[in-house]
Amino acid sequence: MKTWVTPGGVHPPENKHQSLTLPIGSLPLPEKLLITLSQHIGTPAKPCVELGSSVLKGQKIAEAAGPVSVPMHAPTSGTISAIEHRPIAHSSGMLAPCIEITSDGRDQWQAHQGIEDYKNASASTLLQAIAEAGIAGMGGAGFPSAVKLNPGSERPIHTLIVNATECEPYITADDSAIRERAAEIIEGIGILSQILGHPDNILIGIEDNKPEAIAALEPHTQDSGVSVVSFPTKYPSGGEKQLIYILTGQEIPSGGLPADIGMVCVNIGTTYAIKRAIVEGEPLISRVTTMTGEACGINRNYETLIGTMVSHMLEHSQFNQDRCSRLVMGGPMMGFSLTSAEVPIVKTTNCILAPSYDEIPDDEPAQPCIRCGLCAEACPVSLLPQQLFWYSQAEDHERLEAHNLFDCIECGACSYVCPSNIPLVQYYRHSKGEIQKARVEKVKSDHARQRFEFHQQRMEQAERDKEAKRAARREAAEKAKTAKSGSEDKSGAGSAADIIAAAQARAAARKVSPEQQQAKFERSIAGAEMRLQMAEEKLAEADDSQTDEQKNILVAAAEAARQKLEQARGRLAEHLKERNGEQVD
Amino acid sequence: MIETIAQYPILAALIALVGLGILFGALLGFAAEKFKVEGDPIVEQIDELLPQTQCGQCGFPGCRPYAESIAKGDAINKCPPGGQATINAIANLLDVPAPELDAEHGEEADVKTVAYIREDECIGCTKCIQACPVDAILGAAKLMHTVIADECTGCDLCVEPCPVDCIDMLPVEETIKEWHWPAPPTTADLIASDLRPQL
Amino acid sequence: MQEFAVILVSSILINNFVLVQFLGLCPFMGVSTKLESAIGMSAATTFVLTLTAMASYVVDVLVLMPMGLIYLRTIAFILVIAAVVQFTKMFIEKSSPLLYRVLGVFLPLITTNCAVLGVALQNASKDLNFMQSSLYGFGAGAGFSLVLIFFSAMRERLAVADIPAPFEGAAIAMITAGLMSLAFMGFSGLV
Repeated sequence: MKTWVTPGGVHPPENKHQSLTLPIGSLPLPEKLLITLSQHIGTPAKPCVELGSSVLKGQKIAEAAGPVSVPMHAPTSGTISAIEHRPIAHSSGMLAPCIEITSDGRDQWQAHQGIEDYKNASASTLLQAIAEAGIAGMGGAGFPSAVKLNPGSERPIHTLIVNATECEPYITADDSAIRERAAEIIEGIGILSQILGHPDNILIGIEDNKPEAIAALEPHTQDSGVSVVSFPTKYPSGGEKQLIYILTGQEIPSGGLPADIGMVCVNIGTTYAIKRAIVEGEPLISRVTTMTGEACGINRNYETLIGTMVSHMLEHSQFNQDRCSRLVMGGPMMGFSLTSAEVPIVKTTNCILAPSYDEIPDDEPAQPCIRCGLCAEACPVSLLPQQLFWYSQAEDHERLEAHNLFDCIECGACSYVCPSNIPLVQYYRHSKGEIQKARVEKVKSDHARQRFEFHQQRMEQAERDKEAKRAARREAAEKAKTAKSGSEDKSGAGSAADIIAAAQARAAARKVSPEQQQAKFERSIAGAEMRLQMAEEKLAEADDSQTDEQKNILVAAAEAARQKLEQARGRLAEHLKERNGEQVD
Repeated sequence: MIETIAQYPILAALIALVGLGILFGALLGFAAEKFKVEGDPIVEQIDELLPQTQCGQCGFPGCRPYAESIAKGDAINKCPPGGQATINAIANLLDVPAPELDAEHGEEADVKTVAYIREDECIGCTKCIQACPVDAILGAAKLMHTVIADECTGCDLCVEPCPVDCIDMLPVEETIKEWHWPAPPTTADLIASDLRPQL
Repeated sequence: MQEFAVILVSSILINNFVLVQFLGLCPFMGVSTKLESAIGMSAATTFVLTLTAMASYVVDVLVLMPMGLIYLRTIAFILVIAAVVQFTKMFIEKSSPLLYRVLGVFLPLITTNCAVLGVALQNASKDLNFMQSSLYGFGAGAGFSLVLIFFSAMRERLAVADIPAPFEGAAIAMITAGLMSLAFMGFSGLV
């Protein structure tokens, strides 16, 4: 089949053979499993179990929260030992909400079964099952699969692409999964095709450095309408945009999705998980993870339970800490360093890399850019990394967006070739973050401006209303005066007396009862007491760091509060004397 | 006629220049009417860049008056809530150099704050409600007052008027969702062993 | 036809007003920090130059020469230039307030741009006809624009580059302008 060639790209040493000597293994059951509530793009899941409750393997422990979210399930049977913030594998080093399960060793599944007649089930039933099984993209992005597979009727899908590229060095998770589970994978592809309404083309994109995997797939694809398309190995061919271009020659518009051009791209590992969910009814609770690097004695792929601590994996792989230059979650190009091994595996973890100093030496410090242009040659998206770097240093957001900063896929090819060892991708990530922050700020400030303008309008309206009322009252008073003075003078005087009498009557009616007055005085005493207490507390708190002047001010304030209290007490005493006096009289 | 005038050179010069002056003056007058400009749209553009906290730290009663002042030539470094980023943006817009934030008007806060009313102490006087420029405080006379945290811009204007001093400015916690990559270190401060993460 | 080509090439490249004749250096240095403002300035100056060349030809031929007031050329041309610049200022203020704000004081300063007066006086002294004068004015503007845009693009790059402290700002800009001027000297003898 015809394939296209993406621009740029690099050819780092593959280093995949080390972890392919053994079949997929399994680790001993860990004592504790830590399930992060946000292992996917979208809203974090919400826990639906209580602390201390027991759960079975495959039981739902967190609900999807919102339309773009997936649920979490218990990877093994045991008890919920914690629901709190814990360190996770994230470059920020911050904590995130997690659920910890202490396993009971029995690894007991809850009762589960797949959809019986799934070949005749409707797309919505299948999508529902996929959503319930908590499946998110396992190629690295973690986008909820049920949402991706449901692009809507306005975007009909004519091509389904299954991503078996695995272009990053060291990672062999998909390769070994294909070798051992080809038949099930093809079944999974059949399910995907069913959901998408049987697209015209179904392609499995795979690099030519995986001949065994290709050989494993081909017998099962004979009559199924699925084509296995292999193409020359190059990093980064496994990116969604790159793979679609290689297989079909079409480009996704900037800022768009594959569904916009009628295509859907799914990772091959996700395809397997979808098959297990539909046919066997198993939620996503484990995945194939490559454990590799010279600092580990054993390099192989493991079927790892989600939530397994990296330290557990290292323990069972003959990890040699002294040899290890750094721990990486992911591959050497797009992975990130871990500062601690006490972090859990998530649904998107395809590799744990423990390289020696020979494999990944310490970074050399960055030197000035010599404008050689090698980065522009290597960029697979045909951007200008050199210009992006300069503008990122100058924090020129306008120019960065003009040079399509947000189309950068952060593959690291430019940093890889840079002769000055400049960490280019970190600059782009930083600038992307700054621009995002600025956009959020702008939205907030526009909103605040609107509220302020409305506030001002409201104030002006209130003023106008007050003015209008005042004017109306004045007019009414004027009219009453002229009406009264229009009649005879005598009645004028009489009416003056009337007005005075009416006013006196009103004043008498407003006079509060003695009880109410007493209560009023008591309230003011209480208020004065409270203010005095606060002033005294402030004075007591004032330590030596305060200047004398500030202390004097506090002392004066306390004195003033005391005096006010005295006055309030005095007023109450007087009022009581008066009342008693009245009663006596 | 021109020949006759040419015999009196000074007269000729006078007539020529005055004539030209009147002609061009008339043309310009006509053009001035045709190309009249109302208002000053640059004020809008400056106002868009200001953070709209209406806090008054710049010395003006709100962001729009400050924008108008900048349009007239005022210094652009008086806004602490906007910080250096806003100064740079305004400098970019007006093509002037970007100075440092003027410390006289305040320091740029490291963390954003929002107001919080300690409800046990609130006496329901509505002074803070009247002070808030974006109506972010919910309440009425003799009823409980509370700050709507999402609307609060952290401008600080409500703290002063409160007679029982029950309003605190609490920092907003940054969660993992708001975290962004920091800038890579410049080479001058970096030694190779600093890069090795400690396991 | 060939004559017009010669005039254009001569005014744009060989006798470039900024880099070879060293006229109009003020806006060249002052408005070249940003590419957008440079483009705006070049458009404004080209407009002024062309209009001025035409208007000053008309004034020269219809008023000054018949009345024997050739000695008043400088004053009369300044009058014409001032009027044209004022007109341009009003036009820009109306159509692009941002550009107006960005150009700032440099817009009225086009009046004192020696390149504009230079074009007018050179046209008059060389006795060119109307077509030739206008073309010469337009060519002068095009040459000015070319150089200004090149220079501002370079200054933008210089702004984010790591320049030794004594050279930052105007110093490195002057050095760059000098190098550009050397380059343009290479055009001499082309025609």
